[in-house]
Amino acid sequence: MTIEKKENGSEIMLIPVGRLDTTTAPQLETQINAVSERAETLIMDFQQLEYLSSAGLRILLSAHKTFMKKANGKMIIRHVNETIHEVFEVTGFLDILNIE
Amino acid sequence: MKELTVEATLESISVITDFVDELLEQYHCPMKAQAQIDIAIDELFSNIVHYAYHPGTGPATVRVEVVEEPLSVVITFIDQGVPYDPLAKADPDVTLSAEEREIGGLGIYIVKKNMNEITYEYVDGRNILKIRKEL
Repeated sequence: MTIEKKENGSEIMLIPVGRLDTTTAPQLETQINAVSERAETLIMDFQQLEYLSSAGLRILLSAHKTFMKKANGKMIIRHVNETIHEVFEVTGFLDILNIE
Repeated sequence: MKELTVEATLESISVITDFVDELLEQYHCPMKAQAQIDIAIDELFSNIVHYAYHPGTGPATVRVEVVEEPLSVVITFIDQGVPYDPLAKADPDVTLSAEEREIGGLGIYIVKKNMNEITYEYVDGRNILKIRKEL
């Protein structure tokens, strides 16, 4: 997996490319931790993400909580494919995360 | 039928995934089914890595078969570690809020939902976990 990053003031977008699984989840966690202090809005663009496993869910839940605790903070997930959408659906994450 | 035996380490997950994907491509497995199988491999093999031989390591074998009627891929995970039945655990409560959420158990739950069949048995000192996905 590679992760692209775009910054626009306090809005930071991360674009993971490939697969978010046990092996790659720590990479995304590192990237999120690196921006979580200065970002108000974290946008996760999943346009180029093939799938995610529970290791990815763990990182997303943790990041979601971090941003919910910040004043004006939020995390938004965009461009989720059908496989990822189903993972969010069966695990109840559709109701937890902000998915556009 | 094809099988591969590797060391039960995190590095082996991608080796197993590539091994299975190559076979699935020969059977023109739909992309979505392939992604769901790859997720299942990540969940089940990482379980073996974390629990079977902890804190050491040992061998894990992954066997792949394609069966007819209905056309399905059957993947068997075999290790010689401590007996561990991932199906024995209750399903997680997926209606809890973000604050109340625990991640434990979600992985095996995703596998249960995405596969057509999952079975576990402990035979002759081996954990044998089998999944079947219709193509």
